[in-house]
Amino acid sequence: MSEPVLRLVGISKRFPGVLANDNVDFELAPGEIHALLGENGAGKTTLMNVVYGLYKQDEGQIFIDGRQVEIHDPNDALARGIGMVHQHFMLVPVMTVTENMMLGHETTRGLRLGLLSDLDPDRVAEEIKALGDKHGLSIDPEAYVRDLSVGEEQRVEIVKALYRGAEVLILDEPTAVLTPQEAEDLFSIMRSLIAEGKSIIFITHKLKEVLVIADRITVLRDGRVVGTTEPSKTTEAELAAMMVGREVILQVEKGPAAPGEAVLEVQDLQVRDLREQMAIRGVSFTVRAGEIFGIAGVQGNGQAELVEALTGLTPVEGGHIFMNGQETTHLRPRAITETGIAHVPEDRHKHGLVLVYPLDENLVLQTYYLPPFAKRTFLQPKEVRENAIRLIQEFDVRTPSVRTHAGSLSGGNQQKVIVARELSRDIRLLIANQPTRGLDVGSIEFIHRRIVEKRDEGVGVLLVSSELDEILGLSDRIAVMYAGEILAVMPAEEATKERLGLLMAGVREAPDSIAAD
Amino acid sequence: MATSEARRSSRRRALLGRLAIPLLAIFTALIVASLAMVLSGTDPIKAYLALAEGAFGSQVARVETLIKATPFLLAGLAIALAFRGGLFNIGVEGQLFVGSAVTVFIGYSVELPAAIHIPLALLGGMIGGAVWAGIPGYLKARNGAHEVITTIMFNFIALRIISWAIGVGGPLRAPRTVVPETPAVFESARLPILIPDSRLHAGVIIAVIAAFVVYWLLWRTVTGFELRTVGANPNAARYAGINVEFNIVRTMALSGALAGLSGGIQVLGLAPYTFTTGFNVGLGFDSIAVAVLGSIHPFGVALAALLFGAMDAGARLMQLRTKVPIDVVTIVQGLILAFVAADQIIRRLYRIRTETEEGPVSLSQSWGGGS
Repeated sequence: MSEPVLRLVGISKRFPGVLANDNVDFELAPGEIHALLGENGAGKTTLMNVVYGLYKQDEGQIFIDGRQVEIHDPNDALARGIGMVHQHFMLVPVMTVTENMMLGHETTRGLRLGLLSDLDPDRVAEEIKALGDKHGLSIDPEAYVRDLSVGEEQRVEIVKALYRGAEVLILDEPTAVLTPQEAEDLFSIMRSLIAEGKSIIFITHKLKEVLVIADRITVLRDGRVVGTTEPSKTTEAELAAMMVGREVILQVEKGPAAPGEAVLEVQDLQVRDLREQMAIRGVSFTVRAGEIFGIAGVQGNGQAELVEALTGLTPVEGGHIFMNGQETTHLRPRAITETGIAHVPEDRHKHGLVLVYPLDENLVLQTYYLPPFAKRTFLQPKEVRENAIRLIQEFDVRTPSVRTHAGSLSGGNQQKVIVARELSRDIRLLIANQPTRGLDVGSIEFIHRRIVEKRDEGVGVLLVSSELDEILGLSDRIAVMYAGEILAVMPAEEATKERLGLLMAGVREAPDSIAAD
Repeated sequence: MATSEARRSSRRRALLGRLAIPLLAIFTALIVASLAMVLSGTDPIKAYLALAEGAFGSQVARVETLIKATPFLLAGLAIALAFRGGLFNIGVEGQLFVGSAVTVFIGYSVELPAAIHIPLALLGGMIGGAVWAGIPGYLKARNGAHEVITTIMFNFIALRIISWAIGVGGPLRAPRTVVPETPAVFESARLPILIPDSRLHAGVIIAVIAAFVVYWLLWRTVTGFELRTVGANPNAARYAGINVEFNIVRTMALSGALAGLSGGIQVLGLAPYTFTTGFNVGLGFDSIAVAVLGSIHPFGVALAALLFGAMDAGARLMQLRTKVPIDVVTIVQGLILAFVAADQIIRRLYRIRTETEEGPVSLSQSWGGGS
């Protein structure tokens, strides 16, 4: 193999409390499409932001064409031939395509008068047109960006990178916002680019695409490289296992479930995400009292939207939700909570806690307005405090005092605070989204045991997790979500890692399914 | 446990740090201003001594300090309350105007027993301020219009409406006056004088009570819990079932009510008991400095208001004795705000470690957030 155009050696990047990249090695050969595969939060984007000069690595070296370089900012990266197309486009909507190209790279004509020089949009427009035609990237240089479709905006971003002289192109989750047809177009553009001798790093968590388009695949998990392979030497199932799993299944002791009546019924639910794309496309399922219903799936397949819709945080587009026999489809979060729902949210900093509040106030976040914590409109600090002392002891939260700010606890202890608050209420349904993400083994076991205890008390549990081990260890029934749909529901006994892995990759189980999808 | 002891003492140090920044900011502002005085040939020590004497040196001076501190306290509380709810109410100025106008109208248009008339006039002013602040609150809750922009615009609207109302032929214009002003309020609406033969009116007591009420509201009531939660983390507030939109409107209305009270007390407490266009101009903006210097805490705001009141009261004597213009006080106040807001300057200057823990309220959090 010839000299790699880009080589990363031992890259580490720390954020407060997180090791986003841990000693990562990576190589990109000329004319290659190298896929960087991993779950959300695996460190793919962080790594590429290091390459693009948006972050500075804490350790490690970057080599371009065999020479070690320091990349201080994106201009630096561009000057060295590295261009990046971000997940969220960085274009100015009220400017034309040409004007966007010229931003920070102003082409002038006539006298050189510094800031007063005459801009030369016509020449830029011509160059854009030429570049576009060469790679099948048809774009109108005169069009305003705000009038473009998402796919067209993406093409503008790619042309922009090429116009600035990019030899290495980083595409961050480029297909996430595209329709299947647009994705096909993108793939042919990518092929045309490598035929030209460009090299592409393709960031994604979609296994199918990787197998179709990539020459090599590097899998990241928890900031570390799990391995590098080639499409011909691997399968979707193997890639899924590399992406998702520790090998050790956490064994949770639990007896057989005794399911009772339905506590949650979802009928043909449809939900849009923040980008107005359909995130949930007609999902139906039932959770019974006394069972744990697990939803497996690679993150970003609609699980977050599902949970937010169930708990009233996101509006429902279509379909029905019944909780404890009552329709809750369009109720406000408080009304839903009051039907006997507990919610352990996916993001403990965004939703689960008020980090600047002390623990005692965080522990009454859902109940501060009810007796005994409030009498009429007056808070009862003594009751709030005693509640905190009791729960901190019962759930083994390690904290100097009940007045310590939630933000100064470790992640595991923060999660215990949330679990304590949610499980201490009188509930009939527990919705737990990624309840143990980022926690140490001890905290994971503790929280798992509590969830099983609740099940045994007759609470219905909806467990959403992208950790296959967690799903397999806890669930009584398992559903797999892919692209906003539930592909299968099965009793836990019939689930294997391989079977779930394939479903998580979007491979349907019906005969001829591989061709059909 | 030893570690728990250590953490407790580190928290004590953090509290000390919170007091240290405002105090050092004041100190630094005085030093910087004194450099300006030295350059213009005045002895800053003499000037500051005159300032202190003018603020605290006699009973008249002390009364003047309290009178000047009173509107600062109420308007500062208005801003602090909004900050706690995650809102930057720059419209205190306009709300104060509207509140004063309503109060003065109730004060001169009807004659009632004082026990009814005073509360009624003040309540009217509070409602006026609440409505004037509530509208920008509603626009933010409903459409996401940023309150900084809308409240500034509402300041202009209030100012123009009131200029018209007390201008020639305006509905609030006093008959037979040359200057634009309203009629004076009836005796029955005037605030009682606390010390005979002084200007010290009962508004001081109302303002101090208001500080306790705001403290109690924020930390002892369900309303305060919701207000603070929306301010600290709107996502968590929504998750907890709090109606974030309603809370934005309510917080703005409460803030506006305090602003209205601040203006109302001025017209009912101080001769000539009328409202004119030049009335308290800039108070609503100076109070932002008071609130920030007071660490957005009711009791801190009270101390900061006292300081600002003292500086305003003492400035005249300083000018008389040392020929230092009164405007120097404004410069000092501006510098204090700059140093408190840009606390990194103070931290670097005096080598104070940045706290790793997040502070109680971030002043910029309402930017770009919203609902």
